[in-house]
Amino acid sequence: MSAFAASRGKAWRFAAPSVIPGFRATFGFTIFYLSLVVLFPLSLLILRASELGLAGLYGVATEPRVAAALRTSFFISFAAAAIDVVFGLVAAWVLSRYEFFGRRFLDAIVDLPFALPTAVAGISLAALYAPNGWIGEPLAAYDIKIAFTRWGILVALVFVGLPFVVRTVQPLIAEIDAELEEASATLGASRAQTVWRVLLPPMAPALLTGFALAFARSVGEYGSVIFIAGNIAYVSEIAPLLIVVKLEQFDYTGATGVATIMLAISFSVLLAINLIQAWSQKRFGHV
Amino acid sequence: MPCATSSRRRLGKALALLVGASILVAASAEAGTALLNASYDPTRELYKAINPAFIADWKARTGEAIEIQSSHGGSGAQGRAVIDGLRADVATLALAADIDAIVKKSGKIAPDWRARLPNNASPYTSTIVFLVRKGNPKKIADWGDLARPGIAVVTPNPKTSGGARWNYLAAWGYGLKTFAGDEARTKALVGAIYRNAPVLDTGARGATITFARRGLGDVLITWENEAFLAALEFGKDKFEIVTPPASILAEPPVAVIDANVDAKGTRKAAEAYVNFLYTPAAQAIIAKHYYRPAHPEFAEEADLERLPKLDLFTIDEVFGGWAEAQKTHFADGGVFDQMQKQDAAVRP
Repeated sequence: MSAFAASRGKAWRFAAPSVIPGFRATFGFTIFYLSLVVLFPLSLLILRASELGLAGLYGVATEPRVAAALRTSFFISFAAAAIDVVFGLVAAWVLSRYEFFGRRFLDAIVDLPFALPTAVAGISLAALYAPNGWIGEPLAAYDIKIAFTRWGILVALVFVGLPFVVRTVQPLIAEIDAELEEASATLGASRAQTVWRVLLPPMAPALLTGFALAFARSVGEYGSVIFIAGNIAYVSEIAPLLIVVKLEQFDYTGATGVATIMLAISFSVLLAINLIQAWSQKRFGHV
Repeated sequence: MPCATSSRRRLGKALALLVGASILVAASAEAGTALLNASYDPTRELYKAINPAFIADWKARTGEAIEIQSSHGGSGAQGRAVIDGLRADVATLALAADIDAIVKKSGKIAPDWRARLPNNASPYTSTIVFLVRKGNPKKIADWGDLARPGIAVVTPNPKTSGGARWNYLAAWGYGLKTFAGDEARTKALVGAIYRNAPVLDTGARGATITFARRGLGDVLITWENEAFLAALEFGKDKFEIVTPPASILAEPPVAVIDANVDAKGTRKAAEAYVNFLYTPAAQAIIAKHYYRPAHPEFAEEADLERLPKLDLFTIDEVFGGWAEAQKTHFADGGVFDQMQKQDAAVRP
């Protein structure tokens, strides 16, 4: 996006000169890689779903069970990504601004959800939050149920999305000079004003990127969710599970239909986020 | 540029090596007689015991060494793998519907597969029973008890699990028997049982873990052999098996995958393998693993005594076969979908 913003105003050129040579080879590799690994499989998916036609796709999307699952998936992913932005920012701030015992260790732990097989995460979370689990049991005394409800899905998605926000915001926080805060304080700004008007605006694009990444990961998440969700139709069933359900009935077209719909929604949401990001970058500039 | 040439040569060498190695691997997989058995999850332990017995038997009869690999997973997923090109020689799945799907979607198995082997191509059968907590605190004895308010039932999702479809059909068959064929009352009963389910796991093993390890629910509906395994694994002092007076005769079928064995030249061995399942040696192993052998006379008395007698109805009698049951109950918009839709309205 930044390249896009930067290229505006200049004369449009296919390849700007760069200190690193080999544009042809690297560009060829980029196209080859993108086509083979991303575009080709995705176009096969869409080709398969095209058997349904647009009317058929609409029929799949509005089928009550699919619609309920899509709502569950996208709304909870959105909420989880929003939570991740708040707590990811806090975690990133602590990890880059403070020097304390065990900081490097904590910093390494942030990446664990990246590496852990998601099924392992799901099974562990379900064990923790189940009615007889360490967290679930005390909560059950207050009649709060997490595992096997929608809240369980939220917990799993917050877990898998957090590192995306932390890792995108962290380099930016490291770049912001502490002098900026000091200047703001000497000019008489309150702490809240400093946070809202000095610190957050330059971080907005990075936060949005983190949000988009966490959201994208959550929408596609399967392994960690199915173990903790309960998988009750219309209540706690996620869209990726419906794809598996359809495959289990050998309904390839239906499965690719749901997948295509998810792809379309995800793409529009990511595009929207990117546009907001470009706008905010223009508005607040880059640090 | 000498450096570039040497690196290019090195790359070429590496590529040649890679290609050579993959040809070698492919050739060795094709050359020796090796059979691949695509099976479903709960048979892991069973085929681990049967395979060495067949290898010894084949060696004694033909003098040839043979290798058997088993691949396990969800029954539907295994069927899909075969359709998509898994070069398995035999399929030993949980449902006839999954083998029928291979027939229909890929034509890799001849349509008459069920008639090619004795007992509807099922060398062993099983049934659906209940696993309850020790002492049976909720006094569960029959299918009707599962529909009582306040009973938490654990069962996998019939949309994703082959075993779960047997569970569902067992309850349905019981309903039809009890209410003298009254469909509406049967639907109400089965609907009440599924309303009592707080979670629908995607597979039979997952449901077992939810019940036995997570401690969720009062009763687990499951395969008879899985119930025995769970009781063994998680402690006999914690669980009890309750066998209802009536349940379904679950017939997991086996078939040789014609297109694959003809391509690989393994037909003789593959046919010997599935036929071996009906021999006295294999039948005894089958009974040892808590399945009901097609020929009980070959099994040990003690193994058979563990499996209680009950009234078993078949899917053909009650539902008119798998294809019919699948279409009516589990297809999109089928009876199960309708029940879940109604459930959603009353769930908290």
